[in-house]
Amino acid sequence: MLKIIHMNVNGKDVELAVDERESLLDTLRNRLGLTSVKKGCEVGECGACTVLVEGKAIDSCIYLSMWADGKKIMTVEGLKGPDGDLSPIQRAFIEEAAVQCGFCTPGLIMSAVEIVGTGKKYNREELKKLISGHLCRCTGYENILNAMERIVEETYKVCGE
Amino acid sequence: MFDIKSFYEAADVNDAVRALREDKDAILISGGTDVLIKLREGKGAGVALVSIHNIRELKEIGMDSCGDITVGAGASFSDVTNNEIIKKYINILGEAADTVGGPQIRNVGTVGGNVCNGATSADTASVLWSMDADVMLCGSEGRREVPICEFYEGPGKTVRRHDEVCTGFRIRKSEYEDFSGHYIKFGKRNAMEIATLGCVARVKLSEDKKFIEEARLAFGVAGPTPVRCRKAEEALRGMSISDPEIYERFAEAGLTEVDPRSSWRASKEFRLQLISELSKRALREALLKSGAAPCTVADIPYGPEGSTGICEEPAKAATGGGEISA
Amino acid sequence: MKSVGRELTRVDAYGKVTGEARYTADLEPKGILHAKVLHSEIANGKVKSFDIAEAMKVPGVVKIVTCFDTPDCQFPTAGHPWSVEKAHQDICDRKILNERVRFYSDDIAAVVAEDEVAAARALKLIKVEYEEYEPIVTVEKALDAGATPLHEDIRKDNVIAHSHMIMGGPDFTFEKAVSEAEARFGKENIEVIDRTYDTPRISHCHLELPVSWAYVDANGKITITSSTQIPHIVRLCTAMALGVPAGRVRIIKPYIGGGFGNKQDVLYEPLNAFLSMQVGGRPVRLEISREETISCTRTRHAIEGRCRALFTKDGRLLARKLEAYANNGAYASHGHAICANCGTVFKDLYADEMGSEVDCITVYTSSPTAGAMRAYGIPQSVWFTECLTDDICAVTGEDPCDFRMKNCMREGFVDPGTKIPFITYGLKKCIEEGRRYIKWDEKRAAYKDQKGHIRRGVGMAIFCYKTGVYPISLETASCRMVLNQDGSMQLVMGATEIGQGADTVFTQMASETTGISCGNIYIVSTQDTDVTPFDTGAYASRQTYVSGKACKKCGELLKARILEYARYMLANEVSDISKTVYAETVREAKNRLKESFGITDDEDIKTELIDLEEDCIVMAKEGAAFSDRRLFALSVLADTAFHSLDRSQHITAEVTSHCKENTFASGCCFADIEVDMPLGKVTVKDIVNVHDSGILINPKLAEAQVHGGMSMGLGYGLSEELLIDEETGRPLNGNLLDYKIPTAMDTPKLHVKFIQLNDPSGPYGNKALGEPPAIPVAPAIRNAILNATGVAMNEAPMTAERLVKAFKEAKLI
Repeated sequence: MLKIIHMNVNGKDVELAVDERESLLDTLRNRLGLTSVKKGCEVGECGACTVLVEGKAIDSCIYLSMWADGKKIMTVEGLKGPDGDLSPIQRAFIEEAAVQCGFCTPGLIMSAVEIVGTGKKYNREELKKLISGHLCRCTGYENILNAMERIVEETYKVCGE
Repeated sequence: MFDIKSFYEAADVNDAVRALREDKDAILISGGTDVLIKLREGKGAGVALVSIHNIRELKEIGMDSCGDITVGAGASFSDVTNNEIIKKYINILGEAADTVGGPQIRNVGTVGGNVCNGATSADTASVLWSMDADVMLCGSEGRREVPICEFYEGPGKTVRRHDEVCTGFRIRKSEYEDFSGHYIKFGKRNAMEIATLGCVARVKLSEDKKFIEEARLAFGVAGPTPVRCRKAEEALRGMSISDPEIYERFAEAGLTEVDPRSSWRASKEFRLQLISELSKRALREALLKSGAAPCTVADIPYGPEGSTGICEEPAKAATGGGEISA
Repeated sequence: MKSVGRELTRVDAYGKVTGEARYTADLEPKGILHAKVLHSEIANGKVKSFDIAEAMKVPGVVKIVTCFDTPDCQFPTAGHPWSVEKAHQDICDRKILNERVRFYSDDIAAVVAEDEVAAARALKLIKVEYEEYEPIVTVEKALDAGATPLHEDIRKDNVIAHSHMIMGGPDFTFEKAVSEAEARFGKENIEVIDRTYDTPRISHCHLELPVSWAYVDANGKITITSSTQIPHIVRLCTAMALGVPAGRVRIIKPYIGGGFGNKQDVLYEPLNAFLSMQVGGRPVRLEISREETISCTRTRHAIEGRCRALFTKDGRLLARKLEAYANNGAYASHGHAICANCGTVFKDLYADEMGSEVDCITVYTSSPTAGAMRAYGIPQSVWFTECLTDDICAVTGEDPCDFRMKNCMREGFVDPGTKIPFITYGLKKCIEEGRRYIKWDEKRAAYKDQKGHIRRGVGMAIFCYKTGVYPISLETASCRMVLNQDGSMQLVMGATEIGQGADTVFTQMASETTGISCGNIYIVSTQDTDVTPFDTGAYASRQTYVSGKACKKCGELLKARILEYARYMLANEVSDISKTVYAETVREAKNRLKESFGITDDEDIKTELIDLEEDCIVMAKEGAAFSDRRLFALSVLADTAFHSLDRSQHITAEVTSHCKENTFASGCCFADIEVDMPLGKVTVKDIVNVHDSGILINPKLAEAQVHGGMSMGLGYGLSEELLIDEETGRPLNGNLLDYKIPTAMDTPKLHVKFIQLNDPSGPYGNKALGEPPAIPVAPAIRNAILNATGVAMNEAPMTAERLVKAFKEAKLI
């Protein structure tokens, strides 16, 4: 049955009729066309569908859209500036060659947004744990961690704790 | 899309109880990180969901006037880990919660769900067992509290009735005060893992920090439900923390109280090895966290060849709690 | 201008970090129908009948098709170039849906519905009646005299192929070598060891599932958008499966989220096409779940290798023999090619003084089908050779690195069977580099005679790898370049980007050869068989080498055409060009050119005098500064060529490059590990891969690709194995929770080094890199564990449980 829900998605308020059986992944992809949200396993094991709900990274494949009612959602589509400029996180991913097939990338970037948002400084081992909910088969995580280290460092320099 | 008949978001606990009572086929969903996966597998397809996802009161973590701590069933794993009361008084629960799945799962999955699934592998469950926590339930017939060791009936089975909502867990002051503890999760990899074995050791020392007054030992996946090893706990009472014998006694007694099974995930023999080894290591870590001078804590004896290799740092490989090195 | 060798940012990075890069599922039209496959719940048998009555009643169900409805066409699925020689054609052993069930989860029926829930509900309601036979999951069981043939019509004994290869003379046998060696060196001076090593069945675990969607276009084209590495091959095989001409099938490959060889096979595209055709050509999506991907697509072969070695006690390798048994699962897919490849490298990697012998046997079993996976049989081969080498050294007491330097394949090696040469030989340089990096000699000394339950060890492994598939198979590639009005260019490759960075390196190559800057080259990432020129696709480590040659050839042709037009402009500056807005520019350029080369008025301008560099027509004068040589911008030429009233020409080029070359790449891995024996826990403290892959087109991307391969190697060595229940044939851990690929927390810092030698056979001095990184890591770790504990593990992965068992047997714990 269709139900009306209200969300703020990437800064925009949306009113949406959703099937109550839908996962947030289904809704974001199929109803809002936010195809950066990737489906890789449907059971919360791979992290490709990671989005932020109220600033926290979650696997949208195992999160009911009904729960998103009244909440703030963010996907990679929401990171791009008004002039198409990229966020420092996205730039770090590009410059550190952290992108290969690109399928895990949007989800990882969303986790990075949560991590960087804390303003805390993390070492490499801590970062490994913080991204351990994302599987990547192309990169061995090496350059992803390099990008993360760089952006955490840059943010810390600017914001401090 | 999930194959469900209907979805109902309960306004509060009583509303959830009512909704469950009205539909015998309804099932409760909180974080959803287990229920939705089972639904996708086709288990229980077509059911009605009663959601307690957004019930604020279930997420609360607090301490009452007696010093007992209550952890709301709806608190997410990351809520538990980051909560100041937990950090200060029962950090081991936060550490165990921090080994579940990965960060995204921990942001959504709840302690209540972890326990109510009835899985022996639940990381927070074995810690709660070691603390004799009470499971707080609310149903049509009112509220009741069940000691967690009596809550489990078998794999995937608990005494929670169909129309009961688990509202939280009570941990008595006497069960955490002056205790230190350590949880080790052993898995095939260091994250995104279900425990091959989970081990909790907790100790309370004498005032002079030389003797063990009380010990606790509990395991996940050492039997069909979490296991508490009371004989092992007894065996350490009054022993000196400098006596290397404590490790063998603890482990050997513990081994008599467990019943791990062989599966394709791990053989019984391997699990027994883990039970023995992890109980020693968790005990040592618990002792090191107890405030006793580290030099007074006995080393784990490793046979005639001694325990020191040529490596420069102590092994961190199985300290659990996410402190696992690459 | 140098474009090759630069660390150009990936051309697709922007699209991928913004989520704007479109993958197959992102392109589906609204209102698409959903299909799901019904898989058998037995591992060996036959479907007798279906009852679909209840399933058809599910609201939203549009169509149910069963194995009794599909075309009676057997087709092959391997991503090999089709062969016009009967003997080299891939085995046609399956249909779109199969009545004869050959493994647990074989495809027997499919449902098309309005939504996925309806499709899933209908699947559950289909009743199937089977005739059941005993599952034959293992090679041993499949080879039993009484075993049921899985493909009665094709192979009565379940053996897909058995090949025997030797080096060391036509009559060489290992047994003869042993008796000869006894006579020559004395029995007391030689040793023979006999070991059996095992490798696991592996899942590729590309993050994007092998999803596809299909419809029949208004012109009758059966159009399939699919996450595939091999669009042109999928077109042909799908046509064979449907029994239609190839031209009626169109395959579109957008961005794809990894393949690693699994998508080098025709997977569900034929079924998807068939389902669309069954519902009047409406669009139908067929999304294969993660669990289906693991169990029902392809796997890396589990190969068991019985290995024997004959050597002198002072460390001369005299002879080796391998008997390799590959479990190929239910369908042939790549057939015997992988096990045979495994055997080839086994014999090639070392220079046995007397010779070597390999027997490779590929067997059908009732288990998931094995096909191509990154490095195509060589991780298994190198597991065998490198375990064996360290086990030899354990007998002789020699340093394994010294032994390898002495006995590994030599400079100038040419495979006697395939005649593939090792053109630029960097193997020993790699070993030396790795040895230095890891501090091998210091560590081997330091790690001697350790006591205690936690120990350190250092180990190594070497490998060699053929770049492409020539001459075993066809190597062909095509490229098209199209000049735009502004002097920029579309680059259209038949070769596919699958995440490895192909689009970026082709852009660099095109730039290097044409002189058009990378920023002015727009590579078309989508391959569409109706539009894209032919290439066999992304597999082997061929594209930078084979398709790179096409890119270079095409670039040369395009550039020649541009320069010819430039010559025309310069020669006709007073006539045709004088009427254009560029008259002054061209006249001025001509004057400078004439002056610079001292050309008189009656001499013609020759194309040899001009060149294309940094998007400009320049004087071909070595040594002079670019600003002095610059004549006019390519955009001037392009605008003129498009719009000239005197000579309008769309400057394009399209070529096919039939590659008849091949060369060996090589390298090694060195690992320093710590092993916590009572828990069987291995921690990699330091690890390095050193690669001899020729000149790197893009060093940063090359390094990144090695990281990924190393990670895959770590999983191979320590945690990954797809388990199949031997009684029922059911997969036990066919999901991403139970199938353990490494997470970030399982991955150490990965170090990479390169020995860059310019290989003249490569288009830009390059040779294989894509697959090799995955090869040497597992055995290097194994040998490090051997160094640490004295325990030789023969079976990968070396899980905690296996290690604890072995340490207990060795009485170490």
